[in-house]
Amino acid sequence: MISRNPQLNRAGELQHLLTTEGLPVAILLDILDTAESFVGVTERDVKKIPLLRGKSVFNLFFEPSTRTRTTFEIAAKRLSADVHNLNIAVSAQSKGETLLDTVNNLSAMYADMFVVRHLQSGAAHLIAHHVQSDIHVINAGDGRHAHPTQALLDMFTIRRYKRDFQNLRVAIVGDILHSRVARSEIHALTTLGVPEVRVIAPKTLLPAKVERLGVHVYYDMVKGLKDVDVVMMLRLQNERMQSANLPSSEEYFKNYGLTQEKLSLAKPDAIVMHPGPLNRGVEIDSAVADGKQSVILPQVTYGIAVRMAVMSILAGN
Amino acid sequence: MRIHIKNGHVVDPVNGIDAVNDIFIAAGRILAIGDAPDGFHAARVIDAQSLVVCPGLVDLSVRLREPGLEYMATLESEMAAAVAGGVTSLACLPDTDPPLDEPGLVEMLKYRAKSLNLAHVYPIGALTQGLRGERLTEMAELSDAGCIGFGQSNVPLTNLRITMQAMRYAATFGFSVWLCPQEASLANDGVAHDGEIAARLGLPTIPVCAETVALSNIILLARETGVRLHLCRLSSMEGVGMVRDARQQGLSITCDVAINHLHLSEMDIGFFDSNCHLMPPLRALSDRDALRSGLQDDAIDAVCSDHAPVDEDAKLLPFGQAEVGATGVELLLPLTLKWGMEMRVPLIKRLAKITAIPARILGIDAGHLSLGATADLCIFDPEHYWRVAPSALKSQGKNTPYLGMELPGKVKFTLVNGDIVYEDQID
Amino acid sequence: MNTKKLQLPDAENLFADLANKIRPDINKNTALVGVRTGGVWLAQRLQQELGLMNPLGILDISFYRDDFDRIGLHPKVKPSEIPFQVTDSHIILVDDILYTGRTIRAAINELFDYGRPASIRLAILVDRGKRELPIAAQYVGAEVVLPSGKMLNLQQGGDKKLRLSIYDKQLPA
Repeated sequence: MISRNPQLNRAGELQHLLTTEGLPVAILLDILDTAESFVGVTERDVKKIPLLRGKSVFNLFFEPSTRTRTTFEIAAKRLSADVHNLNIAVSAQSKGETLLDTVNNLSAMYADMFVVRHLQSGAAHLIAHHVQSDIHVINAGDGRHAHPTQALLDMFTIRRYKRDFQNLRVAIVGDILHSRVARSEIHALTTLGVPEVRVIAPKTLLPAKVERLGVHVYYDMVKGLKDVDVVMMLRLQNERMQSANLPSSEEYFKNYGLTQEKLSLAKPDAIVMHPGPLNRGVEIDSAVADGKQSVILPQVTYGIAVRMAVMSILAGN
Repeated sequence: MRIHIKNGHVVDPVNGIDAVNDIFIAAGRILAIGDAPDGFHAARVIDAQSLVVCPGLVDLSVRLREPGLEYMATLESEMAAAVAGGVTSLACLPDTDPPLDEPGLVEMLKYRAKSLNLAHVYPIGALTQGLRGERLTEMAELSDAGCIGFGQSNVPLTNLRITMQAMRYAATFGFSVWLCPQEASLANDGVAHDGEIAARLGLPTIPVCAETVALSNIILLARETGVRLHLCRLSSMEGVGMVRDARQQGLSITCDVAINHLHLSEMDIGFFDSNCHLMPPLRALSDRDALRSGLQDDAIDAVCSDHAPVDEDAKLLPFGQAEVGATGVELLLPLTLKWGMEMRVPLIKRLAKITAIPARILGIDAGHLSLGATADLCIFDPEHYWRVAPSALKSQGKNTPYLGMELPGKVKFTLVNGDIVYEDQID
Repeated sequence: MNTKKLQLPDAENLFADLANKIRPDINKNTALVGVRTGGVWLAQRLQQELGLMNPLGILDISFYRDDFDRIGLHPKVKPSEIPFQVTDSHIILVDDILYTGRTIRAAINELFDYGRPASIRLAILVDRGKRELPIAAQYVGAEVVLPSGKMLNLQQGGDKKLRLSIYDKQLPA
C-alpha cells in the first residue's frame, strides 16, 4: 500500500528530509531561499546564530564518512545546536543491537534531530517511520537511494550560476546505477522544472527503466554533452572494476572522463559540478576540476548554508 | 462424531458437484451427500445456509518453522493458523534449522504434527544435505520417513551437475523434485525486481532473466533425466510462457504461483515496505497480469500461500536486510477467491486451484468429497469480508503486505478426519 | 467589532518629526540600520532625508527571534545585509513600531554578531508602550496607546508614502 508522503506532516510541512522525490516545488524553493540568508551568516565575524540553541542534533553514521558528517556538524554548530557524533559502523550493530534499538536509545536522550547515513537503501525512511513525532530525520545518504542535501546544494549552486531552472539542459555523467546523489539530483531537477535532464553512462552503470525517472539516456559523451548548461559528474568507486561493471579506470576515463576537449561540446558558459571527493584522472581531468568552469569548491561552501536551511526549517515545523 | 452439514452450497471440483446439498459424516468419512442415510442421528448439525462447503484446502508451500526457528513461529501456532484458513493438508518446506535432510527430523516433525490432530502435514525433504547444493540426501530413507518430494525451498542450486544428479537420483525412485527457478549468479545480492521501483529506490535488483535462465536449465535437465518436476512460485510473464511452451512440447511438469504474486507488483513496495520483501521479488504489473491469466488458462496449475511467518524484529530493518517472506496460510482462500472474482473465474474452478489440483501435485488422496473419502472439509462464507489485521491472524507471523485490506471469504468451520478442528467465533 | 474608531496619527507627519529629532545628532560616521520590513522603508527615507553617505544596513531578525520554538521559521526569510564595518561604528537602529521590545533585542544581538559597535541608538515611528524588556528609544515619532488585542501596522504605498493601520491580532492584514 502506498501511504502519504512520509516526509511531510499533516499540515503539509517538511517533517523529515528523506528524499527529493515527491517534495512540492514550494518546499524545495523555500529551502533554497532560506539558504540564501545563511550564506551571508558565514561571511560575518560571528558565524553563528542562536536559532537552534538548546537543540540536540545526533549525527548517526552507520557508514563512515568524515566529510559529510563534518558539513552537517558545522551547519548544526553555526545554528548553535549541540551536536553529537556517533559512528555506529560496527560497534553496537555487531553486538546484535538493531538499527531501531540504537535510535530508540538515543531518542531517550532527548534528541531533536537525527542526521542518518546508512549503507542500506530505505534506512532513513525506516527510522523516520518509527521515531517519536517531535523528532526530525535528515537523510545524509542511504545506500543507493537518496542523498537529498547534496542534491539541494547542487540546485542552490545551479541557481546561483544559472538563475532559473526553466531553460536548462543538464547532463549527469557516470555511475547512475549505484549513485544516491544521481537519484536525488534527477528528482530535484525534474521537480524544479528543468526541461531536459540527461544521464550519460555505459549500460552496466544504468538502472533498468531509468528513463521512467524522466531522463534522456545517452551512452556517448559526445552526443550527451552537446549544448548542455550544466555537467554533473559522479564519483566512480573502485569496486566497479571488481564487480564486472567496468574493465578498468583507464578505459572509463577515456570514454566517460570529463576532459577540456569533451567539455567544449557543452555550452561555452556551462558549469561543471562534482559531489566530491574527486578521482582525478578517473571521472574528471585535473584541468577541468580546477578550471574556470568548475564550481566544485562553491558547492562545498554552499553545502553548509543549505544544510543550515534544512535544519532550521525542520526544527521550526 | 456424526455430523450433518445442512443446506450448504457444496462445491467439489473432482466430482463436479456445485449445488446446495446436505453432507453426512461418520467415522471420519463422508457417508452421504443428499439424503440422510437410514438411521443417521447427528451429534452435531451445522447450518451451512448461504455458506460454501468444499474439500479442505491443500497448500503447496508452508513454513512451520520447526525445527529450530521457533522464535519466528511454532508448529502449534502455524497449524492453528492453517486450519483457521481452511487448510487441511499442507506441504512444508525443508528450510528449517537444521534443514529437513535426515529421516529422524522428518519423523519427529510428522509425529509432532500428528499429535496436534490438526492439518495433515506432508514434508518436502531437502534435495541436498544442509540445502548446500553439494551432496545428495538419503531420499529413499527420507521418503520412508514421510517426505512426499524433494526441494531446496528458496536456496538456489549453483552447480548444474549436482542439479542433474539430484534429478536423476530422484527419478530412479519416482520421487518428485520441487524447485524455485532462480539463477543465483544473476540474482546476486538483489532484493527487488529490476524495474522502475528499484531504479527509484536504489535497491539491488534481480532481473527476470534470473528466472528464465534457471527455468531453461531446469526444464532441459528435467527432460534429460525424466524426473517428475514441480516448479514453485513463478514470478514473470516470460517464465509463464516458458512453462507453457515446455508443456506444449510434451514435457509433463507442474507449477504454482504464490498468493502474493497474484495480486501485488513492485509498486506495492511503496516507501520500502519490508512486508513486500519476497522471494522471488514482486515484479512489474505486466508480470502480475500474466500470472493471473496463466492461472486462469491452466498454464499455472495451482496457487500456494508461500507461508513464511517472520518475527517482528526481523522485518523492522531496512528493506534489503529485512527477512524475506510473508505470512499467508490464512489468506490462501480469500486471495484465491479475490483473484477469481476479478478474473470472472467460476467458483468451482477457483477452488480446484487450492484443493483438487494441489492434492494431485502432492500425489495424495485429498481435495475431493467422494463418498467414503476422509472428511477433510472447509466451510466458508464467501460474502463475508474481513480486514487483515494482526489480531485477526492466528499465525505467529503478522507480516503481510495485505495488512489493512478487506478480503472476501471467512472460514467458519474446518473439519479434519471428520472432526471439527476450527470453528469461527461468532462476531 | 470595535465601535469606537481610534484616531491614528498621520505617518508622514510622524516621519517628518522623527527626521527632525534625529538630524542634530548625525555626522558623517552615523550608519542607519533598518529592521525588516517597516524599519527598512523608514531607514531608506531617512537616509535620503538626512543626506547620509554611509550605505544602509538591513536586518532580518528571523534567525534571532525568541519565539522560533512556537512558530517556526518565517517562510520568507531574506538575508540581512550590513554593507559596512560594524566594529566601532555609531549605529541608529530604525524600526516602525516599538512594543514588547523583543524585536529590538533580537536586532541588537544580531548586530553584535557582525562586530562591536561604538554605540547603538534607537529610532521608532510609534511607541505603543507595554514593554517586556528594558529597552527605550532615543527618537520617537509619537506615543500611541492601544488595547492589547490590536496590532499596529505600517504600510508603504506605491508613491512611497507611509500609512498606519490597525487590525485585530487574530486577523492579520
